[in-house]
Amino acid sequence: MVEDSDVGEIVKVSGPLVVARNLPGPRMYDLVRVGDSRLMGEIIELRGDNVSVQVYEETGGLGPGDPVFPTGGALSVELGPGLIESIYDGVQRPLSAIREEYGNYIERGVDVPGLSRTREWEFKPSVEEGAEVRQGDILGTIQETAVAEHRVMVPRGVSGRVLEIRGGVHKVTDVVAVIGSDDKSVEVTLLQKWPVRNARPVKVKLAPTVPLITGQRVIDTFFPVAKGGTACVPGPFGSGKTVIQHQIAKWADADIILFIGCGERGNEMTEVLLEFPELIDPYSGEPLMKRTVLIANTSNMPVAAREASVYTGITIAEYYRDMGYSVALQADSTSRWAEALREISGRLEEMPGEEGFPAYLGTRLASFYERAGLVECECSGERRGSITVVGAVSPPGGDLSEPVTQATLRVVKVFWGLEDKLAFRRHFPAINWLVSYSLYLDEVEKEWARMVSPEFAKLRTDAMRLLQEESELQEIVRLIGIEALSPRERLAMESAKSVREDFLQQNAYDVTDSFSSLKKQFLLLRCVMAFEYAGSAAIEKGVEIRDVVASPVREEIAQAKFIPEDELDRIEELEKKVRDTMEEFSSRLEVKEALDLF
Amino acid sequence: MPVKEYLTVRDIVGPLLLVEDVDGAKFAELVEIEFPDGAVGLGNVLEVNERTVLVQSFEDTHGLDTANTRIRFRGRGMELAVSRDILGRIFDGLGRPIDDGPEIIPEKRLDINGNPINPFARDYPTDFIQTGISAIDGLNPLVRGQKLPIFSGSGLPHSKMAAQIARQSTVLGTEEEFSVVFAAMGITFEEANYFISEFRRTAAIERAVLFINLANDPAVERIATPRMALTAAEYLAFELGMQVLVILTDMTYYCEALREVSAARKEVPGRRGYPGYLYTDLATIYERAGRIKGEKGSITQIPILTMPEDDKTHPIPDLTGYITEGQIILSRDLHRRNIYPPIDVLPSLSRLKEKGIGEGKTREDHSNLSNQLFSAYARGKEAKELAVILGEAALSDDDKLFAKFSDEFEEKFIKQGEYENRSIVETLSTGWELCRILPRGELKRVKKHQIEKYLKD
Repeated sequence: MVEDSDVGEIVKVSGPLVVARNLPGPRMYDLVRVGDSRLMGEIIELRGDNVSVQVYEETGGLGPGDPVFPTGGALSVELGPGLIESIYDGVQRPLSAIREEYGNYIERGVDVPGLSRTREWEFKPSVEEGAEVRQGDILGTIQETAVAEHRVMVPRGVSGRVLEIRGGVHKVTDVVAVIGSDDKSVEVTLLQKWPVRNARPVKVKLAPTVPLITGQRVIDTFFPVAKGGTACVPGPFGSGKTVIQHQIAKWADADIILFIGCGERGNEMTEVLLEFPELIDPYSGEPLMKRTVLIANTSNMPVAAREASVYTGITIAEYYRDMGYSVALQADSTSRWAEALREISGRLEEMPGEEGFPAYLGTRLASFYERAGLVECECSGERRGSITVVGAVSPPGGDLSEPVTQATLRVVKVFWGLEDKLAFRRHFPAINWLVSYSLYLDEVEKEWARMVSPEFAKLRTDAMRLLQEESELQEIVRLIGIEALSPRERLAMESAKSVREDFLQQNAYDVTDSFSSLKKQFLLLRCVMAFEYAGSAAIEKGVEIRDVVASPVREEIAQAKFIPEDELDRIEELEKKVRDTMEEFSSRLEVKEALDLF
Repeated sequence: MPVKEYLTVRDIVGPLLLVEDVDGAKFAELVEIEFPDGAVGLGNVLEVNERTVLVQSFEDTHGLDTANTRIRFRGRGMELAVSRDILGRIFDGLGRPIDDGPEIIPEKRLDINGNPINPFARDYPTDFIQTGISAIDGLNPLVRGQKLPIFSGSGLPHSKMAAQIARQSTVLGTEEEFSVVFAAMGITFEEANYFISEFRRTAAIERAVLFINLANDPAVERIATPRMALTAAEYLAFELGMQVLVILTDMTYYCEALREVSAARKEVPGRRGYPGYLYTDLATIYERAGRIKGEKGSITQIPILTMPEDDKTHPIPDLTGYITEGQIILSRDLHRRNIYPPIDVLPSLSRLKEKGIGEGKTREDHSNLSNQLFSAYARGKEAKELAVILGEAALSDDDKLFAKFSDEFEEKFIKQGEYENRSIVETLSTGWELCRILPRGELKRVKKHQIEKYLKD
């Protein structure tokens, strides 16, 4: 039995939920340490003297009478240099350091700080002593990795004169600046803490307009997401959610990538860990790992820590956003996070909503996605940063009417609907073009005109129309047969097939095809559509549909996506060839008609 | 500390016992339940609330009463005693020997719940396992450290297939210690007996460990069985350095046992009455497969489950598919046509195949050939469906060839003997041989030089 008055006592243990009593001064969402092995836990309910705690580690062996220690603070992450290239669990414990200290398995009661206390950083001040600063202002920089410059900011709530600034080599706990007035001053270290459940403040939120280029054609051209926007990817198992998430993490033109493996497979994180240091970022020429932070709370790791992992992730994302970076955050999968909520809610014996999920599922999801956005950062000057959130959803049985998908669709602006039927046909990415949508399209189309060509928007509209038409025509073909179609309709079917196979389909495992720049996407789509435009013109003139369809130039269109980025003029040449071929059909026909007449 | 004994059982509901006035019970602690007739069963603590403890009995609660039932708390979680001598032995679902052999003298006792493998410590599975079954090796290959379930239906020959895989699996070009851990959950005596005699007959029993919980054994015991098996597997793989293949059959019965406990606890159910934490629970089993950096051994898992009504969207196959690295789906249609193994290759998938095949692993043409076979078979099946509606005459000449291909493919590639062990080279050659049926111009997925090399007359 515990006698100490500043320590609480366990009265109940039920899976990840522990109820304690006599805890001094408990506050909602305060962090506590549970049991003699001091497992991490968080207060999630107060009922009279009873305090419910969700524990981030296995609770086996805990029992009534065991102590619960208050920490007085909320669950927080450590922010500072060293985040990038790290892999953390759901409560920011570095998995690499855990392995070094504890071996191949994650034992209980592991206590390793998020940032290394021994590693040293070269700090270059960018303000002088005597300068007036306020919260969010940049004090200096650290080259965190080859591509990421870490900007050390004045912590929240601190302002005044820079009394002291210390450049040079520092550990994260060293004081690098003293700020304030002569009678009251604050010491600033490289390491700052932030409670994960509170969004970091911003000056203003702005409407996102600039597209996030992911290099994936079906995304960038058909259903683009803007920098600072939100998107979701629901799909049954085997439809390629994780591959899409990985592709975005690999090729998105963001400055910083945050990848949260939330309740998914261990080997998938291993794959990222193996690939990312090898793969080269097409924008910076450096390994992808140099801009990536990984959070891995795999499906077999404690369920409460899974609940925390998305908050840990987005708080780190906000920290880099505040430095003025564009951050892309992938959460794979938000369904597992929702299931963690459901499990805890069940243990709390709360009245359930749909399918056992708590009634607050929608609000929690919405407030998570709302932490995305394009913002004016909190500082005295002008600085913009953004967080784009892409959440995977794993609907049971692929049924999109389930609560998590529905609650997600209410808040996100982009929907990439994956379909297993497409995956079985080996059409990848298996994004169904008829059900997916992007609400950023209007804004993004304006940007396209500036970035690539004013023609782009029209091409996209026409291609989309073709695909729509195809699905209608397919119905007719299924009922009456292909003979029922007019030549114009036959051509539409063929062109739509070309859009699907030669443009939408993209092989993530092919070195060249894995990534397409926006320029290449434009040229490729123009080339594919040239067949449709010039083909219809030829048919108008009376050319046989057979000839158009059987034209060998189509083989070349099919191969065009494998043309590397530095030979894009070959796609333009091909497009000309397509048009020439079709015109030749027409002129041959004219000659023939002239001869017949003769 | 002397073990305290309690006679304070208040409620018995299904497999659950509520014990009052208990001091110092711990969550997940092992419990001994002494029946009024003197028999002793095991259980574990599901919840402690002050001095009230909820105990789950692994034994059937038949014959228990509230007056004379004695409860002893063991002060530790459920453990499995392991040593090298577990090889060749048969245990019940709770790890007690049932083969008339001696008790195991433990080298150590391991907590059956294990600890999660640190994702950072994992090594990516890349070694191709040759199972000798063409439909697996050729199209959906298994790699060491993978978890690849078989989605079956009642009455389909999944047991035969699993036994064949266990018998034939080898990693090419290696002579490493190989062992099989087999966990039966709720299967019939006949099925279990089939495995045991199969292992005996081929002397595979020498390198096998069996945990048997039969259909008439207590259902709740099944909740511990796969964990027993995986604890044994982890010991063999990561302490003795063996390559371990774990067969878990049938996961459907495991999940039903879980549902039974959940219902008795009056928990809010998820889909079809299964508990909301079914995904997490299954993950703690499946995720124990894998390889670890710097360790010689590995754990490869083949869980078998029967899909109720052959429905892939049922929560058990659905959640399994979200955790495992692919799935092998059996087809009733193929089985009816007497094709063994009746593997439905199109919806089957091995997520790790790309890294396990190709030059230096199997052969450089493996990936392309398998894509070719996939797409040709898919097209052939489509053509055949069309022929059913519109008549054979409606097919184009090419489509007729594809239809023929799909028939031959099923007969020659998928179909094979129960004791036929095809090398990967034989499998690939059969595949190429079948490609001859197709027009040369339609072989778009394989490269020109591969056609020249493997298809020359």
